[in-house]
Amino acid sequence: MATDTLSNHDAHAHDGHEHHDASAMKVFGFWIYLMSDLVIFGTLFATFGVLATATAGGPTGKELFELPFVLVETFLLLISSFTFGMAALAQNAGDRGAVLKWLAVTFLLGFGFVAMEVYEFHHLIVEGAGPDRSAFLSAFFTLVGTHGLHVTFGLIWIAIMFIQISKRGLDSVTKPRMLCLSLFWHFLDIVWICVFSFVYLFGAM
Amino acid sequence: MSDIHTSHDGASHGSYKSYIIGLVLSIVLTLIAFGVVMTGSFSVPVMMVTIVVTAVAQVLVQLILFMHLNTKAEGGWNVISFVFTIGILVMIVVGSLWIMHNIHVNMMLGG
Repeated sequence: MATDTLSNHDAHAHDGHEHHDASAMKVFGFWIYLMSDLVIFGTLFATFGVLATATAGGPTGKELFELPFVLVETFLLLISSFTFGMAALAQNAGDRGAVLKWLAVTFLLGFGFVAMEVYEFHHLIVEGAGPDRSAFLSAFFTLVGTHGLHVTFGLIWIAIMFIQISKRGLDSVTKPRMLCLSLFWHFLDIVWICVFSFVYLFGAM
Repeated sequence: MSDIHTSHDGASHGSYKSYIIGLVLSIVLTLIAFGVVMTGSFSVPVMMVTIVVTAVAQVLVQLILFMHLNTKAEGGWNVISFVFTIGILVMIVVGSLWIMHNIHVNMMLGG
């Protein structure tokens, strides 16, 4: 039985295997949740786009953003998306040890990302460029902070999956959860690509 | 642990190769966008177009190579719900920017 994110259900969808259908419905339901989350981020991007020049005489993105620092953050998240893919492949192969190993690597990369973001936020606030400085910075902190919170919850989820898989192994309970988590993690990478492109790169031009 | 999953039921699943290709494409696309802005030797429209094109390409790489979005699974409902959501996003983002820009321009003229 192959299980891999969105394309794992089609082959078994009509064989009357109730258990597999339940798993497919769970993953599809989670996909619908991600779509609603996408609308939240879209709204925050729209807000940021409208307020991007409303700096109230305060610092602009061009003055504040340190692109090489953000590039490292981007690479941490990109590589973590890849390492989660490795965990998914290990799950397909039924290799519990490899799943746990790749989950741990993904967690560390994600943790590095969140740590860098917290450092960046702290640095900005100390410099007097906190969310209270201007509408531009309010929108910036809300958008980037919402993404950071998502990554933080993703880290908690990875830690929980690590414990569950080490206790239960790869069974009918943990496998669908891993599929949902992999969608969540890749989704956060997609949102970050948009943050990197439309907030940092556009802002630094 | 590479391409062993493609033969089970004929459907295409992620393979070691597709994840490697996805990773390499993501890194290259990120570096192109980053490089174009960092060198500072390009005009603003060129930079903007490059950033938008590389961002869209990267989103597609993630969706297809990492999340395995395709029209076969769930009878295509994954893709349909995604396209619907993109429609909503375009309305929210483009609509907001358009309306607020319009108000801004009119306020400036009035004042």
